[in-house]
Amino acid sequence: MTNPAAPTTTKSNYWKANLSITFKILIIWFVVSFGCGILFKEELDQFSVGGAPLGFWMAQQGSIICFVVLLITYSFLMNKLDQKHGYDEEEG
Amino acid sequence: MEQTTWNFIFIGITFAVYIGIAIWSRAGSTKEYYTAGGSVSPFANGMATAADWMSAATFISMAGGIAAAGYGASKFLMGWTGGFVLLTTLMVPYLRKFGKATVPDFVGDRFYSNGARLVAVICAIFICMTYIMGQMRGVGIVFSRLFDIEIWMGVMIGGGIVFFYAGLGGMKGITYTQVAQYCVMVFAYTIPVIFISIIITGNVIPQLGLIGNYVKEGAEDSQPLLEKINQISVDLGFREYTAGTGNTLDLFCITAALMVGTAGLPHVIVRFFTVKSVKAVRKSAFWTLSFIAIIYLTAPALGMFARTNFIEEINEKKYQNAPEWFVNWENQGMIAWVDKNNDGIMQYRAGNVFTGKPTFNDTDRLENGPRLVTNEIDSSTNEVYYDKDIIVLANPEMAGLPKWVIALVMAGCVAAALSTAAGLLLVLSTSISHDLMKKIIKPDISDKQEIRYARIASFGALVIAAYFGINPPSSFVAKTVAFAFGLAASSFFPTLIMGIFSKRINKEGAIAGMISGIGFTLSYIIYFQFWTESKDYWMGISPEGIGFLGMIINFVVAFLVSAVTPPPPQEVQDMVEEIRIPKGSGEATHH
Repeated sequence: MTNPAAPTTTKSNYWKANLSITFKILIIWFVVSFGCGILFKEELDQFSVGGAPLGFWMAQQGSIICFVVLLITYSFLMNKLDQKHGYDEEEG
Repeated sequence: MEQTTWNFIFIGITFAVYIGIAIWSRAGSTKEYYTAGGSVSPFANGMATAADWMSAATFISMAGGIAAAGYGASKFLMGWTGGFVLLTTLMVPYLRKFGKATVPDFVGDRFYSNGARLVAVICAIFICMTYIMGQMRGVGIVFSRLFDIEIWMGVMIGGGIVFFYAGLGGMKGITYTQVAQYCVMVFAYTIPVIFISIIITGNVIPQLGLIGNYVKEGAEDSQPLLEKINQISVDLGFREYTAGTGNTLDLFCITAALMVGTAGLPHVIVRFFTVKSVKAVRKSAFWTLSFIAIIYLTAPALGMFARTNFIEEINEKKYQNAPEWFVNWENQGMIAWVDKNNDGIMQYRAGNVFTGKPTFNDTDRLENGPRLVTNEIDSSTNEVYYDKDIIVLANPEMAGLPKWVIALVMAGCVAAALSTAAGLLLVLSTSISHDLMKKIIKPDISDKQEIRYARIASFGALVIAAYFGINPPSSFVAKTVAFAFGLAASSFFPTLIMGIFSKRINKEGAIAGMISGIGFTLSYIIYFQFWTESKDYWMGISPEGIGFLGMIINFVVAFLVSAVTPPPPQEVQDMVEEIRIPKGSGEATHH
């Protein structure tokens, strides 16, 4: 932000952006685990990863890998957001 | 060298390291006792949290559970990792910014009520107590096998060690010991699997072996391993290894309850109070899940390899030619064979061999014959009983790995149990000394007295946990897992979320929500686990999954009650504003 806005609007803009990042992360979280691993498991099993049916693989491997990727993405996006609003800190 | 010598060497070295670290990093102030002075690096905290999180049950039993249930065990894999996404995005950054030492602290302050604080303290104590009993039992069992002593002696030794470094060292001592324990665990878990993966699939990386082909020596043509195990399973009368469970709703609810339960466990949340800033919390959460994922991604491979190995080595083989490990573990009482059709050949099939766990009659045992079982024999054609824990414990022997690997696995089991027990013990002692004594009963005690109370409380908690570790009330420990997660899912998770994301939820709403959520969940679990033998669940949702509905009830009740009662005071609303901004978190305090 180039023009320092009034503190309250900065706060509420920051909070809205924060909620939007959180929401997106949680949608992907839901889709890869509950979606691919449970609800649409049978449909996905028609495809395969190496020798494993895709739905099964998502439930036992794919979803966990996605969770790790989600957390590093969250950390990256939130740090960027903090910086943009001047809330960033030394990590310590 | 003898196996026992190797065991002594490995356990001896690891214990010396743990105690050395505990003395070097012992806590001097309440700040260090509760949150390690808020100065742990995100990377180290990640390792420590991973060790804290992975209990003896995860380490010993999870792979066996996967081997037995195949796809059905996915709920544990997704539930116990996916919870960290919720924990990271919805909880710990805000609670860290709030900057107090315990979870009941937040509940008490945010809902400006000692009543809410008290409910939170009781939940925290109950969750940790149920958990720690299982850990003490785990330590006892491992020690009794290792050194051929009674289980109670094993429990006492384990309890003594935990008290030494958790009670004395506080959070600081625990954190650095857990870092060492994680390192032991990760090597102990992955090294045997890598060897087995090479033998069965020719792949060094077990995760690639899982989706690879079966190439074990003598295999005729190569075929995907999962296809092979599906085929074997069906031939022996089991469900296909990768097939669905038939009850999607139940699987959904259990997975969800484990996830939200994970995000509501106080001993995991407080671990993130030990790092310096909100930024460090996010990074540390990423490291935590990465370290957990190394073991959780390996477990499905291990389960499948072990199942393949087990069937190949045992099924349709003469008992006289049974491998050495089979007889060893039979002597330990973890394996049993009943020759139902009197052909001298072991038939492994679907179904129970007999009712319950085996009880042996060794006086009539013939030389070179199997141990005789006195249980009521089941009519199924299955003749081979095995305790699922041997999937991890006997795995190195099944694959013919050297003796030091077996000792390493044992050291890993002990590390898993001790690290979790220590983390739980700390939350138990702080709940009593800080939340109960300092905040509710005797607000005027000094820093020094508070630590003394914490140490006394951890000693008391350990004595109770050790007692139940030695005398587990039947299968109580296994059933309490449903309790711990159900309670965390229906109490802490929704209450904390509403405390952070809503300014409108007031104390009336929060207390009513917690009480109705817990009330519903507990009555459902108690009814089905202890009251009746019936498995006629409502909508087919088992007690392990009911915490998810309890959570929804908590949310709904809290919103409705808050809507008809006055909003929280202005200073509480300001506080909520404040925790949403990451800057200026400072050190976690206890004042």
